[in-house]
Amino acid sequence: MRAGGVGEVRPVSVVRAATGRPVVAGIVAVRPRAVAVGIGCLLLALVFGVLTVGGGDYPMSPADVLRTLAGGGGPAEDFVVRELRLPRVVTALVVGAALALAGAIFQSLVRNPLGSPDLLGFTQGAATGALLVVVAGGGSAALAGGAVLGGVVTGVVIYLLAWRGGLHGHRLVLVGIGATAVLTGVNGYLLTRGRLMEAARAMLWLTGSLDGRGWEDALPLLAATAVLVPVVLLGCARPLAITEMGDDLARGLGVRVQGLRLVLTAAAVLLASLAAAAAGPVSFVALTAPHLARRMTRTPGPNLLTAACVGAALLTGADLAAQRLFGDHQLPVGVVTGVLGGGYLVWLLAAQRKAGRI
Amino acid sequence: MVVTESSQISGPARVPRKHPARARPVAALLGTVVGPVLALLAVLVLSLGLGARPMSPAEVWQGLVDTGSGAYTVVHEMRLPRTLLGLLAGAALGVAGGVMQALTRNPLADPGLLGINAGASAAVATAAGLLGVATFQGYVWFALAGAAAVSVLVYGVGGGRAATPARLALAGAAINAALYSYVNGTMLLDAASLETMRFWTVGSLAGAQSGTVAMVAPFVAAGLLLALALARPLNALALGDDSARSLGARPAVIRTAAIVAVTLLCGAATAACGPIVFVGLMVPHLVKTLTGPDLRRLLPCCAVLAPALLLGADVLGRIVARPGELQAGIVTAVLGGPLFLYFVRRKVRA
Repeated sequence: MRAGGVGEVRPVSVVRAATGRPVVAGIVAVRPRAVAVGIGCLLLALVFGVLTVGGGDYPMSPADVLRTLAGGGGPAEDFVVRELRLPRVVTALVVGAALALAGAIFQSLVRNPLGSPDLLGFTQGAATGALLVVVAGGGSAALAGGAVLGGVVTGVVIYLLAWRGGLHGHRLVLVGIGATAVLTGVNGYLLTRGRLMEAARAMLWLTGSLDGRGWEDALPLLAATAVLVPVVLLGCARPLAITEMGDDLARGLGVRVQGLRLVLTAAAVLLASLAAAAAGPVSFVALTAPHLARRMTRTPGPNLLTAACVGAALLTGADLAAQRLFGDHQLPVGVVTGVLGGGYLVWLLAAQRKAGRI
Repeated sequence: MVVTESSQISGPARVPRKHPARARPVAALLGTVVGPVLALLAVLVLSLGLGARPMSPAEVWQGLVDTGSGAYTVVHEMRLPRTLLGLLAGAALGVAGGVMQALTRNPLADPGLLGINAGASAAVATAAGLLGVATFQGYVWFALAGAAAVSVLVYGVGGGRAATPARLALAGAAINAALYSYVNGTMLLDAASLETMRFWTVGSLAGAQSGTVAMVAPFVAAGLLLALALARPLNALALGDDSARSLGARPAVIRTAAIVAVTLLCGAATAACGPIVFVGLMVPHLVKTLTGPDLRRLLPCCAVLAPALLLGADVLGRIVARPGELQAGIVTAVLGGPLFLYFVRRKVRA
């Protein structure tokens, strides 16, 4: 069981490079196991989604839900499913996938299994933008805009501060952690500025919640992922996998390393900020999903697509748990991911320590 | 050309002094003792004098000693506890930072960045939100337990020889994030605890009362004494375990004692004024340029300069956001961040 193979040189690929066969084929070739894991996770996510749609004050059986989705339900069922509950599930699916993809990109960029956007300050920046809007008394559309803007501005600042003759993983980590500490202080201050009602609303947002999400929350993120995911998967997955073998080797194989990092950082920051705008900074999905993907596929490397599928399954599952497990008392999904993720993290740190990687 | 030549000529003559403290006793005394003490005194006077009603140093003195003076109540009820708390908490955080940097041999070790303060605040949040504890006397034991748990965890993670600054900081950030989301969760469950905790989690000296100061003092004093007693053994440990053993030190005992000291200091400081970052990181680095790496000089100097920094941040927060105030924890975070980035860009290799 390997907690993190990120950054390790993989002999297979090197051998193939030496023998002159197309290197990338060995890394990104379609692997049956990875495909199976991806499809399995997607199915799981859909099952969770159907169960979530079926729960609530107007319970429906999974068969009813499916029938309604296919267009065979009555007007009342149609309204409940399509207008009230489906947007929440779609938001959960897309937010989970976007966060996981951003996490997989960052973990690969900084070559550390702990390098996810919520630890490197990007999510905190989105939170600062959103809190500024809350304190100023803005509505939920402005809040989403503030989150995206905050995340992007923080991303640019961190990128520039970490830049010195190129972007390097460890400096990005340290600069990001410094930014996280500063922004946490600023966020705490903003929380003390508002009245209690505003603070409660801000706190709910900060934890990450999918309650009451409508189509207007899901659509911007859907549109952005529709553009960004192909860019990342088709344009960057191969070079990124090669770059994990080391900058020099990647350059020798024709990868423009710094340009790649710029594009990927931009894409990951956008994905994380948009996800935060839709559901709040849900913690630990970005950290854990790529790990789980790597374990299940048993493939080193970024595992971008599989990670996104795992992320979608994780978040829909956590949302279902938050809705059902605690009886009438509905918890925001961020509490569930936070508690589960915290436990996973402690285990991960212990395992890494034992393996001598930390 | 001229510049190059002169630098070449003067280059060999200016042999870098390894022990500035020994080379120039008077200057060293000024730098390591008189300077920090004067800075601390100046900040103390400012902290007592500034506020909603500004007072001159003479008025402050009157208020301190003369029970009939109009300033007596203000000074004794509000500003003195606040200043004393800043003194204690600052010394605690600064010395804890120095001990942690020596213990982990890692320049980025800081009780705030590594999550020890967050551990204490998670425990306090549990006490306040779930168990209904509302007094400082109740908080402090939870804070100590939380700080102890995270200290052991961080030490377990960061104690390895292979731990680079970046990895240790990242592990700390991860622990911070987990605890932060837990604290948020407890605040969500209960609006009343949100109302108190949202002010507490920022890190502020504003809530100080004389009872708090009296309660926190013994813990900080014990922690400081233990830390100062550990200065020599920790110096030995800096040479590596084998050398330390041959010098008669017992590494396991020293490490355990150091963790106890850090726990006492951070737990007490966090219980009293909330989690405050960067003080424990900044001060030892600044002090190191004055005293060199010898902990016997470094730690006492930290104990003097760190309160000056924390109280300075508190005073600055009172000035900047008049008529309200900016909490000291925010000021240290905003000031400390750039300094942290400076260290990262200049020195740290990971």
